[in-house]
Amino acid sequence: MTTPDIAKPNLGTTTRRRALKLAAASAALPLVHIRTGRAAGKVSIAFWDHWVPAGNDAMQKQVDAWGAKNQVEVQVDFITSNGSKNILTIAAEAQAKTGHDVQAFPTWEVHNNADLLEPIDDVMKRLTDKYGQVNDVCNYLAKVKGQWLAVPTSSGTQYKGPCGRISVLKDKAGLDVVGMYPAKAGHTAASDAWTWDAHYQAAEACYKAGMPFAIGLGQTSDSVDFAGALFAAFGAELVDKDGNVTIKSDKVRAVLEHGQKLVKVLPDDAVSFDDASNNRALISGKSALIWNPPSAWAVAKRDAPQVAADCWSFSAPSGPAGRFLPYLPFFWGVWSFSKNKGAAKDLIEALLQREPVEERCDAVAGYDVPPFNSMLDFKVWEDVEPPKGTVYNYPLRPFHNAKAHIAALPAPPEIAVQIYNRGTMPTMLAKLKSGQTIDQVIAWASDELDGFNR
Amino acid sequence: MADGTNVPIGGLAAASPKGRKTAMQKFAQRRSTTGFLLCLPLILLVACFVVYPAFYAIYLSMLNKKMTAFVGLGNFQFLLKRHTFQLVIFQSCLFAITAVVLKALLGFTLAHLMHNIPGKNQKIWRGLLLVPWVIPLALSTLTWWWMFDPSYSAFNWVLNQFGFANVPWLGVGWIARFCTIAVNVWYGTPFFMIMYLAALKSVPEQLYEASAIDGANAVQKLFFVTLPMMRNIISITVLFSLITTFADFDIVRILTAGGPQDMTHVFATYAFQVGIQSGDIPLGAADSLFMFPILAFAAFFVLRGVTKRTKEIAA
Repeated sequence: MTTPDIAKPNLGTTTRRRALKLAAASAALPLVHIRTGRAAGKVSIAFWDHWVPAGNDAMQKQVDAWGAKNQVEVQVDFITSNGSKNILTIAAEAQAKTGHDVQAFPTWEVHNNADLLEPIDDVMKRLTDKYGQVNDVCNYLAKVKGQWLAVPTSSGTQYKGPCGRISVLKDKAGLDVVGMYPAKAGHTAASDAWTWDAHYQAAEACYKAGMPFAIGLGQTSDSVDFAGALFAAFGAELVDKDGNVTIKSDKVRAVLEHGQKLVKVLPDDAVSFDDASNNRALISGKSALIWNPPSAWAVAKRDAPQVAADCWSFSAPSGPAGRFLPYLPFFWGVWSFSKNKGAAKDLIEALLQREPVEERCDAVAGYDVPPFNSMLDFKVWEDVEPPKGTVYNYPLRPFHNAKAHIAALPAPPEIAVQIYNRGTMPTMLAKLKSGQTIDQVIAWASDELDGFNR
Repeated sequence: MADGTNVPIGGLAAASPKGRKTAMQKFAQRRSTTGFLLCLPLILLVACFVVYPAFYAIYLSMLNKKMTAFVGLGNFQFLLKRHTFQLVIFQSCLFAITAVVLKALLGFTLAHLMHNIPGKNQKIWRGLLLVPWVIPLALSTLTWWWMFDPSYSAFNWVLNQFGFANVPWLGVGWIARFCTIAVNVWYGTPFFMIMYLAALKSVPEQLYEASAIDGANAVQKLFFVTLPMMRNIISITVLFSLITTFADFDIVRILTAGGPQDMTHVFATYAFQVGIQSGDIPLGAADSLFMFPILAFAAFFVLRGVTKRTKEIAA
């Protein structure tokens, strides 16, 4: 039987109805989610250029894997903090309102750019629900008017407690730092005796032995962080949380009286120290103790292994107001002008999961401290050597009975950033070293602080 | 001679099909038009990277800290009341004036010495003395910084070899000031030397011969022949160097970062600390613009003097 020709569709004819169907189908095509290459767009992210090259490699690997999995093209730049290049880049992007989608903001930069940052409470909530709360310094630096504007990250985040020479401190000052802070969980009675007075006595003994504590009184962050911990331990606030100048107090006078003694046993050119001077002093074998993250130890491991094998990181001394450990966190934030905020937030959240954080922490020998206490059980701080356990007490642990601290806290951040970056506290100590009286120093600082409150 | 503004460039002239030039063709054939077009890329560069940022900085300096309100000259008034900024003004002036005077004196002396070295040797010495000026400043300053460093100071090592105690080169205010000025002089002297050497070579020998016939001694020749003939070059060199020295950033930033106790800050380093590091960009902009009116005023009078003398010489 043959099929009548009339039953076959006439493929060569274009009817109005067919044309309409085709147009409707074409218009609807973009609505269908097709997962093709780079379907989720592009994201550019600026990370802090880690001083350990392996840190950048580990980060790049993780970002590439995330990009491939989520079909996002990720542009990664590592921007150095040498010469404040990262801060300059942030300032330039804020002015131009274009640049990376995600930036790594050091300490004060979240507040400095608060008006241009995308709230990121959703990411913080999921992370804190999973890993617990972050410390007060993170809250102070990244939570503005009740909103998280950036997420505290592990990359570049550091504590800056003492790192001392085991043998020198024992021989010259009778201080057993390994006994005080052993490489295992648990409080020791000896650590209770680690006070600012004990710190001074040890500094004096080592100074007399020609191995001074290489503590800077310059205006760079190592000097500022040390001075901040000292002032906090005495409860000495220059400006209170409401912005009132509170420098003319007994507590400030008390810390300056202590400072007057301490500066006499610091190196003669402590006032010209930058952030590398203390490292060099330790590595060259000319100093018994510095306040620094384990970067100095890591360089010593390469350049002066005998010095590295004699180094031990431990917590800060305590004062009348408690024990405060200098803490400098980095944050990852998304610009409000970012063109792909969703993917940017997803990337941040993915990179702050326990597994990638631990992987990066391992790569940098424990230098990066995670913002969540639940992650302080990483093995890396136990395993790193020589000597084994040297950085076990580098991150703040609950049994240290210490608090993370940033200099100038609790002053309002817009004032605190100036106290910090102008180095007001170490400059006060430097003035004592140059022979000025406590009254002169307070008068100078009072004038400075009045100028910050504008 | 024609003044050049209306002279057609013959070879490039293209006649219209009818043999008559259109207004556009005439405009394109003017020498001034060609000159302008050749300069246009440079003018655009200057407009984009000098004029626009300058006006933007002026605009920024008149905003409040949050950059949300216009405050006029409020930032300048605020700065002037601050003790630290008064110190910065003093140090910037001390740094720039001392360094420029020393560079001018040393450059002048070296140029004279160089001028009297005969033949090939002059070229060798000239090349050697230009080395500090040729090395990128940030790099050479880092080298100086190493030599002043507290732990590894080469200078202190030498002092120790002779039984002297260490000197805290960058740790005591006045010594640190001396160090920053010394590095600036080391870097900038070759520029003065080469400019003065060029000027010395252009002084006609007949003037010296005539003054010798009149019985002038060496000092008289210097004051009555050499210096008057070099006045324009000296003025321009000093002005140029004064501007760049007042704007210096690298040396102070690398050597001392403004310390100890703010005793070496100059305008640029203080502006960076206040504006970029402390997040107060308007105040930083006001600080960096502080010397602008004074230098512009000085530049106007110096350049007017140069033009006047040039006209006198031409007449």
